[in-house]
Amino acid sequence: MYDISGYYEAETVAEATALLAKNPNLRLIAGGTDVLIKMHSGQIADAELLSLRKIKSLNTIRKAEDGTIVIGAMATFTKVFNDPILREMIPILTEAAISMGGPQIRNIATIGGNVCNGATSADSASSLFALNAQLKLEGHQGERLVPIRKFYLGPGKVALQPGEILTEILIAPDDYQGFGGQYIKFAMREAMDIATLAVAVVCKLQAKTFAEVRIGLGVAGPTPLRCLEAEEYAKGQEISAQTVAEIGKLAVNSAKARTSWRASKDYREHLVEELVQRALKKAIVNAGGEELV
Amino acid sequence: MTNFMGNNSSLRDRFMNKSGDGGKEMAYTVVGKSVRKVDAVAKVTGKAMYTDDFFERDMLVGKILHSPYAHALITTIDVSRAKALPGVEAVLTYKDLPRISYATSLPGMIGADLDDNEDLERIKIGTAGHPYSLDPAHRDVEDRHILTKKARFVGDAIAAVVATDDLIAEKALKLIDVKYEVLEALTSTKAALREGAPLIHEGCEGNILASGGFTIGDVEEAFKESDHIFEGEYETSIVQHCHLENQTSYAYQDPDGRIVIVTSTQIPQIVRRIVAQALGIPWGRVRVIKPFVGGGFGNKQDVCIEPLNAAMTLAVGGRPVKIELAREECMIDTRTRHAFQFKIKTGINQDGKINGIHISAISNTGAYASHGHSIASSAGGKFRFLYPTKALKFDPITVYTNLPVAGAMRAYGCPQLFYAFESHLEDIAKRLDMDPIEIRSKNLVEVGYVDPISKTKVMSCGIRECIEKGKALIKWDKKKALYREQSGEKLRGLGMACFSYSSGTYPVALELAGARIVLNQDGSIQLQIGATDTGQGSDTALGQMVAEVLSLPMDMVHVLSTQDTDISPFDTGCYASRQTYVSGMAVEKAALEVKGKILSFAASMTDIPVDRLDLLEQKIVYKHSGESVLTLEQVAMQSYYDRVLAKPITSDVSNNARINAIPFGVTFAEVEVDIKTGKIKVLEIYNVHDSGTIVNPKMAEGQVQGGVSMGIGYALSEQLLFDEVTGKPLNNNLLDYKLPTMMDMPDIGVAFVETHESTGPFGVKSLGEPPTITPAPAIRNAVLDATGVAFNRLPMNPQRVFEGLKEAGLI
Repeated sequence: MYDISGYYEAETVAEATALLAKNPNLRLIAGGTDVLIKMHSGQIADAELLSLRKIKSLNTIRKAEDGTIVIGAMATFTKVFNDPILREMIPILTEAAISMGGPQIRNIATIGGNVCNGATSADSASSLFALNAQLKLEGHQGERLVPIRKFYLGPGKVALQPGEILTEILIAPDDYQGFGGQYIKFAMREAMDIATLAVAVVCKLQAKTFAEVRIGLGVAGPTPLRCLEAEEYAKGQEISAQTVAEIGKLAVNSAKARTSWRASKDYREHLVEELVQRALKKAIVNAGGEELV
Repeated sequence: MTNFMGNNSSLRDRFMNKSGDGGKEMAYTVVGKSVRKVDAVAKVTGKAMYTDDFFERDMLVGKILHSPYAHALITTIDVSRAKALPGVEAVLTYKDLPRISYATSLPGMIGADLDDNEDLERIKIGTAGHPYSLDPAHRDVEDRHILTKKARFVGDAIAAVVATDDLIAEKALKLIDVKYEVLEALTSTKAALREGAPLIHEGCEGNILASGGFTIGDVEEAFKESDHIFEGEYETSIVQHCHLENQTSYAYQDPDGRIVIVTSTQIPQIVRRIVAQALGIPWGRVRVIKPFVGGGFGNKQDVCIEPLNAAMTLAVGGRPVKIELAREECMIDTRTRHAFQFKIKTGINQDGKINGIHISAISNTGAYASHGHSIASSAGGKFRFLYPTKALKFDPITVYTNLPVAGAMRAYGCPQLFYAFESHLEDIAKRLDMDPIEIRSKNLVEVGYVDPISKTKVMSCGIRECIEKGKALIKWDKKKALYREQSGEKLRGLGMACFSYSSGTYPVALELAGARIVLNQDGSIQLQIGATDTGQGSDTALGQMVAEVLSLPMDMVHVLSTQDTDISPFDTGCYASRQTYVSGMAVEKAALEVKGKILSFAASMTDIPVDRLDLLEQKIVYKHSGESVLTLEQVAMQSYYDRVLAKPITSDVSNNARINAIPFGVTFAEVEVDIKTGKIKVLEIYNVHDSGTIVNPKMAEGQVQGGVSMGIGYALSEQLLFDEVTGKPLNNNLLDYKLPTMMDMPDIGVAFVETHESTGPFGVKSLGEPPTITPAPAIRNAVLDATGVAFNRLPMNPQRVFEGLKEAGLI
């Protein structure tokens, strides 16, 4: 039994933002796989919920004319995984989607909800970080675009202003075209688990060198993060096992790992170094490069 | 003299091909066949009714207030704010529960504070699901109140609320004002055994619940005679059953004032006794009903919520009250598996023959005794049958700590002990440069061995054949050679481990089972048993035995799955892998009695001497020719409606099995270790069992696969974790507690070596728990083979493996 004192459903974004403006206590609910768990554990009580599930426009995934990939915030993980555009263009996101929970959870959980929950372990987050995703936030007064790296403020804290709703996730053509990528979720189980470390790497090659490398990490700090030092180093470097090893080492500098009962700092940093290398090696092949031995 | 042998041995002989080798080929027609599980359709269609599927009108909800402190005294507890909340029907604390001096047959006293003196001693109970013992010295330790004034672990039940719905009950719990005097939390056996440590239970010196094991021969002498002495230390973790259906029950008073409890339990008769004891009322005033159960694995071989549930209904005038534990509660305030620390010393000759073994163990039982020291004792008792030696000394102690209560869990101490010993033996083989199979073969038991302590005799033993089969299945020799030279980031290895177990608890405890059969008018039968099917399939196996004796197709055998202490024959329940063996004896006996009555009735109808008649495929036939004389239905109809002779054919028997049988088996595992991440992958795993006759191969295979998956979780990922200072649980949910999923499981290979156990019905021995014993040591030994690193602590999760490999210089 959940402690729900009110429940509203909107059919359009405008209707939803209007309801939010009128009643700032409303809490948004998408798939409910995070909100209801918080209610079960007593973190949220006496809730007035505003459901977004009837807003059809938030459910689509498309490629805009300029090549921008537009993912509706209410797209479920199952939908993300099965979407032919995403599979072809940004498989690191579809691979992240299928790594999440189990089939029942993926059928109801949404990518927007996953991002707005603000967890460092959000399965979609490291890929969206590596892809430089932009988030479209709409409120009663208008809309704005926020880069995902600016959206995560701390554990469970995101840059959503009161009255705002995340409506779309956008990935610009420059950020994915010509890139190869790889996603690795390292967890204690092969399903139904939270990542010990999530690594998403994309790279673009130029002859025998790295034109660009972007590395997104989940659960390597209080929020998902990027390994900017390693990325900066990679630019223009020769594609070699040595370079990849150095990128792995430098990635550790950006991680903010700490010891908890789940894993030690030492082990987490070792995983960052190892898995960034593994992901990058695959990403090179996916970007058209030769396999490093 | 055991009462089930001899009297029907001639009949059993008829089922066996006596010209075969040791009676291994048997002419059974239903036993040994993979007939469909009797409840399969009901379960897959969702029609099977579990406790939560039953509704009583205006059922109230019961919720429990759990202690936030691991060790604390309640100084004051004020329930007035909770009681004042609209919708709250009752609030209970220790003050409301019966005092020993008030033990009475009057229900309705709960909640009526009859005496101002709060300090009068309340009734304490032992919660373990053991048969009652007439000998007071043999009874379980009674150390627990339904609701306590002293919290002994985080999660201990302090108070309870009965309300009209969940949310009101939850709110009311928050309105109970409790003040605690917080005491030092003893979160390890080391802390609890420290000199001067506070006592968790008054009068229990040193926090030692019990100690003592057994000695056979003289180990010191045996060590002196040995070429080598090896020592090792091993440690296992606290894990939890994670049964699918959390503890759920509801209770009410019937119009006569008796307490009726519908509950998800393995042991309805024991629940009845303990509820009555807890309330100080006559046992007959309690009725317990067990519908379909969604798994227990030993967790429900204990009495957790039923006494409180009974107190709750008494507190609201007998109205129905339901308790349904959440997963988070179930993981801390039911039962766990005892964590053990072992020290093992073994004296062995150069040729691999063991002379003497000394095993010391510390068992962590948590805050209350529950099954307590029985776990350690029982494990030692079962271990004795695998490698008989001149000298064996086992001296365990069981220690209280301020952690959740450990109780029975599948294989009852054996996964711990066999993990330790089979790891130790592997280490010895490595040091002696012996093949792991060879060293075991030199020491394995033979048929005819009599255990000097229990006097149980090994009547059948297929362990050698099990090893041969497993070795072939995993391609041991070929892979061993292949992996000798390997390098790279992923290393592979092979390991194996053996076990012995038992079939029931004899001679330690009573092994009583009951069965009742009624022949219906159409020639079908109802089978009622006191044995409880909690998902493992005993209803089907026992039904097959009746079908075998009475030569019936399975659709003419109606097994009543529900046990009701008012109605069902007496049986102590589902534990110790006892039911196919022990309850099977009662079922066979009941079926034979019915068969005798059918033939006698047919004789009276036909004037053919009864010894010339037999029952075959629902017909009464001449024994010599098989010629049909009457149909079974004709006999059945006559038995109901003959104006002179009518006397419906039934049987109602009890069987006291004063014997035991020893099953054996082995696990073979192949692993791949990712030495950069510390992740172990089980590539192949085979369990090969000697459980005597396999009654239903398909069900048995499922039983083994479930047990192996539990063993794999034990080996690689599962552990309940607690804050070392406060004792607060860190991962009492299924996200953070790493129970493996189907995606983590390799294909689990299952094979059987079918010996014929002459003491068991149809030649059976136990199978329920054994599959979970040896996966962990087999995997551990395979990891040793792959990496050269010995992991002597469970689980071998990536963090631990990383640390071990780093220490060994592999990372």
